[in-house]
Amino acid sequence: MKAPSSGASQGGVRRALQSSAVRALAALAFVFLLGLVFNADGSFLRWSTHRDMLRHISVFGILACGMTVVIITAGIDLSVGSLLGFTAVFFSLLSLQWGWPPGLAVPAALLAGAACGLASGGLIARFRIQPFIATLAMMVFARGMAKWISGGRKISTAVQLPDGSFQYKGVPGFFQSLNSKLLGENIAVVTLIFLACVVLTGVLLAKLRPGRHLYAVGGNEEAARLSGVPVGRTKLLAYGLSGFLCAVAGICQAAQEQQGDPVAGSTYELTAIAIVVIGGTNLMGGKGGIGLTLIGAMTIGYLEKILSINAVGEAPRLMLTGLIIVGAVLFQRVRK
Amino acid sequence: MEILQMTGIEKSFGAGPVLEKVDWDVRAGEVHVLAGENGAGKTTLVKILAGAHARDAGEIFLDGRRVSFRSPSDAARRGISAIHQDTSLVLSMTVADNIFLGREIVRRGLGVDFRAQKRKARQLLGQLGLDLDLSLPLGDFPVSVRQMVEIAKALVHEARVIIMDEPTSSLNETEAARLFEIIRRLRDGRRAVVFISHRLEEIYRLADRITVLRDGRRVGTFAAAALPPDRLVAAMVGRELGRQFPARRAVPGRPVLRVRNFSVPDAAGRKAWSVEEASFDLHEGEILGFVGLQGSGKSELFHGLFGALGENVRGRVELEGEAFRPRCPAASIRRGLALLTNDRKRSGLVAGLSVARNMSLASLPAFSPGGWIRESREAIAAAQNVRAFDIRARSVGQEVGTLSGGNQQKVVLAKWLETRPKVLLLDEPTVGVDVGAKHEIYRMMDGWTAEGKAILLITSELAELLAMSDRILVMHRGRVQTSFDRAQATPERVVRAALGTGAVG
Repeated sequence: MKAPSSGASQGGVRRALQSSAVRALAALAFVFLLGLVFNADGSFLRWSTHRDMLRHISVFGILACGMTVVIITAGIDLSVGSLLGFTAVFFSLLSLQWGWPPGLAVPAALLAGAACGLASGGLIARFRIQPFIATLAMMVFARGMAKWISGGRKISTAVQLPDGSFQYKGVPGFFQSLNSKLLGENIAVVTLIFLACVVLTGVLLAKLRPGRHLYAVGGNEEAARLSGVPVGRTKLLAYGLSGFLCAVAGICQAAQEQQGDPVAGSTYELTAIAIVVIGGTNLMGGKGGIGLTLIGAMTIGYLEKILSINAVGEAPRLMLTGLIIVGAVLFQRVRK
Repeated sequence: MEILQMTGIEKSFGAGPVLEKVDWDVRAGEVHVLAGENGAGKTTLVKILAGAHARDAGEIFLDGRRVSFRSPSDAARRGISAIHQDTSLVLSMTVADNIFLGREIVRRGLGVDFRAQKRKARQLLGQLGLDLDLSLPLGDFPVSVRQMVEIAKALVHEARVIIMDEPTSSLNETEAARLFEIIRRLRDGRRAVVFISHRLEEIYRLADRITVLRDGRRVGTFAAAALPPDRLVAAMVGRELGRQFPARRAVPGRPVLRVRNFSVPDAAGRKAWSVEEASFDLHEGEILGFVGLQGSGKSELFHGLFGALGENVRGRVELEGEAFRPRCPAASIRRGLALLTNDRKRSGLVAGLSVARNMSLASLPAFSPGGWIRESREAIAAAQNVRAFDIRARSVGQEVGTLSGGNQQKVVLAKWLETRPKVLLLDEPTVGVDVGAKHEIYRMMDGWTAEGKAILLITSELAELLAMSDRILVMHRGRVQTSFDRAQATPERVVRAALGTGAVG
């Protein structure tokens, strides 16, 4: 009131910076700027670089969608990497080895993923096991299942004949089309699937009653329960959806690799958590949203892309990524 | 003699100033009450004093020397201790270890001298009139004892100024009386006690001097004896409030809730009952008050009726003439029950959600036909509630956690009224709420009953209980012992019955 013009605009900027979305966008813009500066002889300026970044981040982004939902309920899902591996193997087994058509294999894989997620959710909701422990157990268990059903081998189109020799079948068209690019080779199909997951999760979180329940349970479980929110069902939904999205990611991964690798997805859970956190969704639960996760996914995606086009070696790349995660989280906290 | 002086203290959070040029002093051997409505700046002022907030401007003098505290531990080292509820205690550690946390008695190079600590702890607690098993974890004791342990901890730090911000809000009458006794002992030991409370009765039982804050400014500092209660309230609110309690208009009609032989199992195990064979009727337009010590089963009765404890309750309940079986909160809400718990932070609000989303939380099905939330409908209802309850919020999108206590409580009340309840179970509806907001809540309660709603009320404020209740039921050890009509209920009778000492009948 004393200094109307400057005071108002300053307050405006400060208030804007208090919004998580603006902070997340600022971090993304900063990384993007880095890319413009270190553009590796203009390769950052080509669309194909961005397309490949988006394609690369899509599988992680799909996992991060489910992770966002779980983290909003003040939980965590450590099993997403293993579930991706398991569903990738399961899907490959059905379609490559047993010759199931995609119309059957896809729903079967999705169901398997959702069932595993529901199992974790059941342990958490019904038996009150801490999410960290329950999903840690599922992480180990699902990895075991992946190795068991595959016999420890990668599941590909190679079929062993009774006489011991291998016969190679053609890769099904469904795999090819999942792994292709559309709109004049300008966007990958998996990226579109990722964006569809973002939209669906976003609608759930922002518009639907169960979405509101997720926030209420994460923000204050007891208050939610006394307000008539079905707490147990809400947690089942969160982990079930996460498992379902793991299967979506697993199918995409299988299509990209044209095989089901039982060790696929190791440590992917950490990347998914990092994406959510860099976006600005708080691990304490009750806050955040899918938009933040989309921004977080792009931030990490660009970061890795910029480091790789500038031929930064793996060791400094990992160390830098660690530092950036800390930096992003500290930035989220400034003056809050 | 002033131990402590603060001059020209200023502080603002974000846009608005919270404290403007506040001068204040505290003397040795006095109980100094800070009074004011929620948002007046009391808590901010003592947090600055205790080193928890940095000031924007102004100076602090301790024994005439200028000081600056960087942190609460820094302030504690200089003899200024704040008593919080639980916050600085480790519940899994023993009583003795808590008292010496950060100030362990160490034998040369041999680690902590646990025996000496126990001896000293016993002596300190003795000074406070307390005899505890020092080797039990602190979490085994009730909140009142934990508070005493905090005070003992302050004594270890040789605190000369002890700050208590609403210390009685979670204590019952007996426990509060004991705390007051300790406060008087501290004062007689030449320590200064700074005391924040919304309860006038407490203020006048303790205060030597009263400083009133309003809208971040100091209205004045008065000798307690020279400031009658109505002038204190006027100074806090800035206007005359009129009568504190409304005259009850509603006339009780036909019964809406019949409870017969209702029993609630103990939360810990099924063997014990926290409520045994309770029977009573509640009529349309009636406020039925419950009184009893902590642990007498009042809150458990409310939770049990509301279905918050599941289906393990026994007895017969009739709601508007039809059988009602408590099962789960959602079912109870559909049948027209609402439960306001006594701890809005723990079980009333979702602090990170907006005003509008908190208000719609208990009636979401009505706001989301087909599962799709109608946000405009939600915002309109919220705006109406903000007006009806006179809630001070920047917008209905503001996070509830950032509102003051009185406004938070109104949001929780609005949430329950939004479910269109027939019977409201109100457990301490005015706890931690300032005088002005209390006044409004009383008026609203009267208004709701005038519309035919019925209220079950628990309150530890005797004046509130006597003024608002049409009838009073006394609970003792899980049983409904006595009932008083409004005409029979005198403070002495009710208190004696609650303590279980009075003759029954």
